[in-house]
Parts: sequence; C-alpha cells; structure tokens
Amino acid sequence: MVGKVEAVNGGVKPTTTTPASSETPADLAPPAFSFRALKLKTKQQELLIRVTILCLVYVLAFIARLFSVLRYESMIHEFDPYFNYRTTLYLTQKGFYEFWNWFDSESWYPLGRIIGGTLYPGLMVTAALIYWTLRFLRFAVHIREVCVLTAPFFASNTTLVAYFFGKELWDSGAGLVAAALIAICPGYISRSVAGSYDNEAVAIFALLLTFYLFVKAVNMGSLAWALASAFGYFYMVSAWGGYVFIINLIPLYVLVLLITGRYSMRLYVAYNCMYVLGMLLAMQIRFVGFQHVQSGEHMAAMGVFFLMQVFYFLDWVKYLLNDSKLFQAFLRITVTCAVVVGAVALGVGTASGYISPWTGRFYSLLDPTYAKDHIPIIASVSEHQPTAWSSFMFDFHILLFLFPAGLYFCFKRLTDATIFIVMYGLTSMYFAGVMVRLILVATPAVCLISAVAVSATIKNLTQLLRAKNKAAGPGKGATSVKASSKASLDQSLPFQRNGAIALLVGAFYLLSRYATHCTWVTSEAYSSPSIVLAARGAYGNRVIFDDYREAYFWLRQNTPSDAKVMSWWDYGYQITAMGNRTVIVDNNTWNNTHIATVGRAMSSYEDEAYEIMRSLDVDYVLVVFGGVTGYSSDDINKFLWMVRIGGGVFPVIKEPDYLVNGEYRVDKGAAPKMLNCLM
Amino acid sequence: MEVVVSRLQLALIFSLLVASLSLLVRSSSPELQILTAERRIDLTSHIVRVYLTLKVENTGASPASEILLAFPPTQVDHIAQIKAAATVGKKKKKSYLPLVVNPTERPDAPNGTKYFSVSFLSPLSTGESVTLEVFFTLTHSLEPFPVEISQSESQLVYYHDSAKILSPYDIKQQITLVKTPSKKVESFTRVEPTGFAGTELKYGPYMDSPSYSFSPIIVHFENNNAFAVVEELLREVEISHWGSIQITEHYKLVHNGARHKGVFSRVEYQSRPSFGGVSSFKNLLAQLPPRVHSVYYRDEIGNISTSHLRTDFRKSELEIEPRYPLFGGWKATFLIGYGLPLEDFLFQSPDGRRYLNLSFGCPLAETVVDKLTVKVVLPEGSKNPSAVVPFSAEQHLETSYSYLDVVGRTTVVLEKKNVVPEHNSPFQVYYNFHPIFMLAEPLMLASVFFLLFIACVAYLHMDIAIRK
Repeated sequence: MVGKVEAVNGGVKPTTTTPASSETPADLAPPAFSFRALKLKTKQQELLIRVTILCLVYVLAFIARLFSVLRYESMIHEFDPYFNYRTTLYLTQKGFYEFWNWFDSESWYPLGRIIGGTLYPGLMVTAALIYWTLRFLRFAVHIREVCVLTAPFFASNTTLVAYFFGKELWDSGAGLVAAALIAICPGYISRSVAGSYDNEAVAIFALLLTFYLFVKAVNMGSLAWALASAFGYFYMVSAWGGYVFIINLIPLYVLVLLITGRYSMRLYVAYNCMYVLGMLLAMQIRFVGFQHVQSGEHMAAMGVFFLMQVFYFLDWVKYLLNDSKLFQAFLRITVTCAVVVGAVALGVGTASGYISPWTGRFYSLLDPTYAKDHIPIIASVSEHQPTAWSSFMFDFHILLFLFPAGLYFCFKRLTDATIFIVMYGLTSMYFAGVMVRLILVATPAVCLISAVAVSATIKNLTQLLRAKNKAAGPGKGATSVKASSKASLDQSLPFQRNGAIALLVGAFYLLSRYATHCTWVTSEAYSSPSIVLAARGAYGNRVIFDDYREAYFWLRQNTPSDAKVMSWWDYGYQITAMGNRTVIVDNNTWNNTHIATVGRAMSSYEDEAYEIMRSLDVDYVLVVFGGVTGYSSDDINKFLWMVRIGGGVFPVIKEPDYLVNGEYRVDKGAAPKMLNCLM
Repeated sequence: MEVVVSRLQLALIFSLLVASLSLLVRSSSPELQILTAERRIDLTSHIVRVYLTLKVENTGASPASEILLAFPPTQVDHIAQIKAAATVGKKKKKSYLPLVVNPTERPDAPNGTKYFSVSFLSPLSTGESVTLEVFFTLTHSLEPFPVEISQSESQLVYYHDSAKILSPYDIKQQITLVKTPSKKVESFTRVEPTGFAGTELKYGPYMDSPSYSFSPIIVHFENNNAFAVVEELLREVEISHWGSIQITEHYKLVHNGARHKGVFSRVEYQSRPSFGGVSSFKNLLAQLPPRVHSVYYRDEIGNISTSHLRTDFRKSELEIEPRYPLFGGWKATFLIGYGLPLEDFLFQSPDGRRYLNLSFGCPLAETVVDKLTVKVVLPEGSKNPSAVVPFSAEQHLETSYSYLDVVGRTTVVLEKKNVVPEHNSPFQVYYNFHPIFMLAEPLMLASVFFLLFIACVAYLHMDIAIRK
C-alpha cells in the first residue's frame, strides 16, 4: 500500500514543482543584479506571462461584474442582500458586540428576531473589515460601495484560488485556463455581480479555498496546510449554510480513498486535523453551534473520522502482527465491531433525540419531490425549483461539453487530487440538477474539470505543432502519443499537422464563443437589480420603473416610525432596509406559522382579514400590483402560494376555493372567494 | 421654542445698540410724520412679499437720523429679510440707494410691538421729506384652512394682517393692495372702503390714521402653489485646487400646506393631473451655475431617476422630481451634487489670498429654508480662513476628513435660519494656500506604489526558506 502511494506522490510531484516560485529566485538572482542581460530567460518569460495573465484575469473577473453599476447605479440588488446590507450597516455603526447581541424588533413583529444567533456573520464581518481597512487608509468610502463591490472582489479572489487549484490538480496551464473560465462563467456571475451582496458571494471563494487547501494538505501531508484548510472551513461556515456540502463531500472523498486503497499517512493527517479543528472552530458560530456533533447532516464526517482511527489502528496491528491470516480475521472482527458500534450509536442518538434528524432542506436536496409535498414554503421560491436543461446550457455553455472530456482526462491520470475534483464535480452536478441555485456550487468544479480538458488538449496540439516544426519527420513519437488521445490521428497520417491546426482553431473558436456568450448573459440576464426595472420606451428611450423604491421611501418618510407594515414575505427585507419600518414577516422564513397567518389574512374575506390584522397590530399593508405596466411577478401572481402556505397551517383556507374549474383566473370570471378576499 | 430663541438672540446681539438708540430717541424725540403710505402685499406664492412705499416728513424741531418701522410680534418672527432704500431723483432719473436696517427695541412699545430702525442717508432736517421703499418677506405666514384636505380638493389659506399699517407715527393717507394668486377668494374682512377686483384686494385709502392704529383683517383664498419648505439644508462645498469645486446639498423637504387626508389614489392622480392632486407638487426647479458638470440626484436608498438637466451658457436648470408627488405634510429627503469649474468661482485677491465667491442661498426656486448650513471645505493645508457674508450668519470652524487626508481639511461653517430666495447673494471665503500642498497626496500614493514594487522585487530575490 505504501509503495503505491509513493508512486502516486511521485506522479504528482513533477507537476507541482515546475512552477517557478521555488526555483526561479536562485536562477534569477545573478542577471538581475548585474543588469547584464536585458533579455529574460525562458523561465522568467514564463513567469512574467503567467503573472500578467493572472492579473488580467483578476481584473477581468472584477470588471465583468460591473455592468449593473454602469447601467443603473451602485445599489444593492434583490431581496436578501438588503438584509445583509442592513446588518452590515448596523455592524459598522454599533460595533461587533452590539451586532452579535442584536435583538431586532423591526422584523417578525411581534416575535422579533435574534440577529446575532440566526445569521452567518461571515459576509458582514468581511465587508466591515474591508470598510474599516479602507477607512484606516484614509479612503472615505461609503459602506454601501463596499457592500456592492464585495462580490466582484471575492470573485476576483476566487480566480486566484482556481489558478492554484488547477495547478495542484494538473499543471499551471490548467490553472490559468481554470482562472479564466471561472472569471466569466455565468453560473458564478449570476450570484456575484456588483450589488448582489449575498452570502454566496464570499462563500464560493471560501468553498474553493477550503477544497484547495484540503487537497494541498492531502498531497503534502502537511499539518500546516490542513490547519489552513480548517480555517478556510471556518470561514465558509461563518459565511454560508452551504458548508454542509463540504462537511459531507470531504468525508465521502476520504471514504472513497479508503475503499480504493489510497489510505495514507498524509490523508490521515489532513483529514483529522481539518475535521477536529474545523469542527471546533465552526462551533464558535452561534447559528451553527453544536450541530457538528448533534445534527444528522454532520454525522457522516464524524463516522469517517472514527473510521480513520480504526484504519490507523489496523495499520498498527498489521505492523505488529506480521501474520496475514491472523490479520484477516482481526480485520473482519474489528470492522464488524466498528460498524455495529457506529450504527448502534447513531440509532441510540437519533432515538434519544440527541442527534436531530435531517432538515427539510436537506431532504429536498436528496429527494427533489420532497419539498413539493411537505414544505410549500421551500417550493414557493423560484430558485429552489429543479433545474431545466436550458439553464444548464445558459450557465455553462461549452463547459457542459468540456466537462465529460475533462473527466476523461482526470480518469486517465488518477491522483488523490483528480479523484477529489471528479467527486466534487459529480456530486455538485447532481445537486445542481435538483435545485437551480446550486448550479453555483457546481460551477467551480465544472470550470476546473473543463480547464483540465482545454489545457490538456491545447497542450497536446501545440506540442504536436512544435514537434513538426522542429523535426519534420521521425522525431515526433513522444508527443503524438498524447496527441492521438484527442486528435485520433495516426502517426502516419499526412494531414496530421493541418488537423492539429484545425482542431486548435476550433478550440479557440469555441473558447471565443464562450467568452461572447458569457458577456452577453452577464449583460442581459444577470445585471439587473430587480428593484429597479428598465424597459425600452416607444421611442427607443430607456424607461425606468422605480416604483418599489418610491413605495419604500414613502413609508420611510411619511409613516410613524413605529408603524407596522404587513406584506408578503418577499418584501420584508426591503421594507426594513429601505423603508426602515417594522414588518410582520420577512425573507428569513424561520416561522412557518407566522407566514401562514399573513397568508391567511391575505386570502380571507376583508372583515376576517381585518380582525387578523388588528391582532397583529398592522398599520399598513403593502401589496404589489403589476397590471398597469405588465410586471409579472406581482402579488396576484404569488397569491396562490399565499393560499397554499396559509392553508398548510390553517385548514379553513382551501386552494380550490380560489380556482375556477382548476384554473387560476383573476378577471371577472374568478372564483367569488378570490374576488372578495383581501387581495 | 424657535421664537424664543430668535428673540433672545436679537436681545443679546443688539442690547447695547438698542439701549443707546432708545436713549437717543427719548432725548431728542424728533417728530416724524408719514404723508402717504402705499403697501403692496404679494400673496401669489407661499412666501409673502410686502413692498412698502413711505413718504416721510420731519415735523419736529430737531433733525431726525432714522425712522422706525413697527411690526406686530406675530409677524416679526416670520420676517426672513428686510431691505430699505431711499428714492433719489424724480421720475425717470429715479434711483434707489440702500439704507441700513437694524432691529431695535423701545421701552414704551405697546403690546410687544417690535421695531426695525432705518437710518437715513443724511439726517432729515425740519420740514424736509423723503421717500422710502421698504421690502420685506414673510415666511410661514399663510395658514391653511381647512387644516386637512383630501387629494382632489384645492388648498385654502388664511392670511392675517392689519388693514392699516402699524406705525409709531401718524399716517395722513394710506392704501393697502393685496394680490392673490387666483380669483378664488373665499372671504375677506371688510374695513371700508374695501374693494375687490380681479386678483387684487384694495384696502383704503384711509385718511389721518393715528399712530399704532391696527385693524385686523383675514383673507381666505385659494393658493395651490408649491408650499415647499426645506426644514434643513446642508450645503457642502469642497474645493480642490486640481480644478473643480464639488457641491453636495442635503435636503429635508416638506410640503407645508394643508395636510393630506384619506387615501392617495395613483390612478386618479395620473389620469386627471389637473384635478387629482392640485394642492400637491411633483417637481422643483433648481437653478445651478453655468458650466455645471457631473450632476447627481439621489437619496439614502439610491439614485432617483426622475430629473432633467438643461444647460446653456448663462445658467443651468435642474428639474427634479421627488420619488412621489408631495402632498400636504409629506416629507422627502434627498441630495443633489454637482461639480463646478474652479476658475469660475475661485479667485486671488490682490494681497495674495485666495477667495471663493459663491451664492449663499438654496438653489431651489421659491423655497423657504428653515435652517441653512453652508460648509466650505478648504483644501488640506489652507490657513487663516475668514468668511464675508452680506447678512448676519453664525460662523465657526471645523475639521473634516476626506480621501487620503492626514491632517484634515479646515472647514468654514456658516449657519442661518429662515432663508428665502432673496438670500441668493454671493458670499466670500478668504484663505491662504500654498500650491505645494497640492502635490502631497499624489506623492504619497506614488511612494506607496514604489515601496510595493520594491518589496516585490526584494521578495523575488530573497530566499526565505529555512530548509535549503
């Protein structure tokens, strides 16, 4: 086993040490000091080109996300980011401890919400730190600007991580391609344009960083990298609920390595350090708390942790015993015992309620039909719907075809690192298929794997070309072995060179199409702030509908400061952030009953609704009607969900009452209950 | 509360002056008489403008150096500005010479009457007469009645005054003309002879009114003009010697007319604009200096897209619409920012000091500003600032910080209450500045980048690994 591992390690090493950082200084030193040779050495040239490309990609990733700022203004988009913005504002104004202990009475009236204990503070703390740093450096920026630009900034950082990850997986060429691909991949841009100040903005950076550091730790077997990966994990936990993916994927990966006989001391060090420290650090986040030892979603990691100890123990016993037959028997007993003990522990834990069962969101991930039947509030969100094929094509474009090719290359050169990326790619692709928003998680993996395909293909093709240039005849044996893999050209074929050129041009054409597509998608689909709507007027001029902000600002200026506003939960965050008024429910949908009460009020007859609203102290009701301008996502459109969610808790509300022959109508022919309800 | 404060201030500032004046008045007591008085009260906007033409004769024994103007205490707090001028020459060669006007007090004032004293150019000797033009503006003097109106109703207001001019002197003949914005006048107090024609109410002429005669009148009329009141206006003027002046104005606007009652129907408002919201106003006009650039209009939650800028070589006009039409009692806060070319507003005086020459008041047309604060942020390194304002305003200094500031910028703060468009006259801020300070920030940035590159070069040439 050990010998095999060494061989694998040996296979990885040449690729990891080729980059210049460790070797170039020694080479560079004499000429640079003597000013003798102005011409750079090949290695220096390579370094220069690599750094230049990386810098360009870094800048590109940033500016590609600025469409909305240029077209509209520097503003926060969508719904959730307004809550994040509001909390960040609070953090910068009141300080960290006030923020941590903040009881927000402006939302979920009359219940209130403990903000510090119910959010992932990573994003806010990050933005606040950037803000404080800039302030310290005497850049008098506004916190809104920082919040708007946080997502593009972290997207830029993600490209750097992608570069290093690609370098770790394959070579620095693949790293560069990965950085370039992820910089403009629509799947990622959709969540990281300027102004979408959401958890995902920093979380993808943290996710990729954690994975990169962990893979690095597994490759090196170094405690330092494992520690760094634990901190990356901590950052991820502090930023986004999607950390559950990490804490399940890494154990799964370790398990696969164990099963395929790739267990090594490096893996042991990396996983144990990462898991134990990462778990302890994650417990510091109040929202996560003791979930790592109590929740069903985190049990896989713990199980694998104990399994690792069993493996280590077995290794030790094997070393002592030196008797294969005895060892086989011992192995059987130990593994059986371990599994039995684990199963019993899990059973007892679950039965006694110590280990909480899986949450609805987790179930709905594993079983796409679960939410529709059991939790309408999850199903009502458009980004929780299963993904359509078109949106895969829309968000990945050519990556969708390069992905299998990359998988092929990865399988061809199987290392610990490529196994990881293959597993990451496959699992995240599954989740992306279940839920639209999880395309985001799959994007880095798809980009990395595609980068491997692109890089390997182009490298092979160019090597072929160069070899032909140098020696037009026999000296091409070594290169064409690689080339044949993709080009499927025989050595003896006369058009090999032309074929290579054609393929190369084709590859560049595809890549340029990708760049065009990404720019188009970014500018057309993902760069509108959704709070301001723009349309073309009759004369080709731009008409801007700013009705949302008009309403919110009116609430802010002209209602009593303690007024309570009732609206459907979508608008909750925006009312509190922009209108600065108390709301009954908001986008943090933690209390289904409360939302159902609002749904019931909205769908009851007016006199009944009045009673319900009196009991909630409501002063104002905000409804959105888009009939005049033809705005489709208004409250009439969402009304059926109000009925469904309201009916889920209060059976007096029945969906068929609002339908005419199973059809949803809002005109004269609508159901009488529909016409007479509050909406 | 505010009334008390302003009274106290007046009392404090002018107590000394008043004491001496009252002594003077009592000792010499020149006998003045007003031969004819004509008063025109303009009620067309929500700022009341009063033009008073007095012909004064000295009937006493000693020459008079000043004349007193009397105001009822309810009116004096609303006076935003008062100006007086003496008419010189006849008919076509007529010209006006401005006179000094100061608030003053008299111990024998009946019913808390307040006074302003106007000093003549040269003391008026016995038997001589002079014609004075007095102009003053009153703010917050139109009282809406009914206090609350619904969306489609038009706004009716009361105006209180006296049919006869309040004066410490006898008036031989006087007449008062009141101009209303439209023909719709609900009612007015009659003090015969009283006439009403078109949009003009005529009180008088009244003959031989004794001193301090007062006959209260109420005019109840329709006024649908924009009752735009800026409760607080903060103008920040930031000077950069690199070529621009950046002005940011923070507004707290309120519609100060009759409060809105009931619901607001957007459909009615948009389908029948002339009827469905006559008392409201939708847009405001800001007059900005010519060659204005990078204008923006936004509020706490982002850019407001409804604004239009028209520029020509004499002036720029910015038409702004708040996010929603303002009905009575509704508020809106917003800010306007714009840049101006430096050479139009910054000059060098003969003694080598630089001075900024800028208009003081609010650029919005027909708007009352309850409290105006002007902050002039001088460039870093400026010394000895001093402000010259043509009227009384409070001044103090501050330090503010902006991009890449180390020691902070000296800021001159000017504060004034009750500002009307008539206050849009230029003021100056003088200061000393050495051009070398302009280079401080670019040099600082350059050195930081230089150090950064040096650090990179050093890092690439150093081997800091422990193991070889």
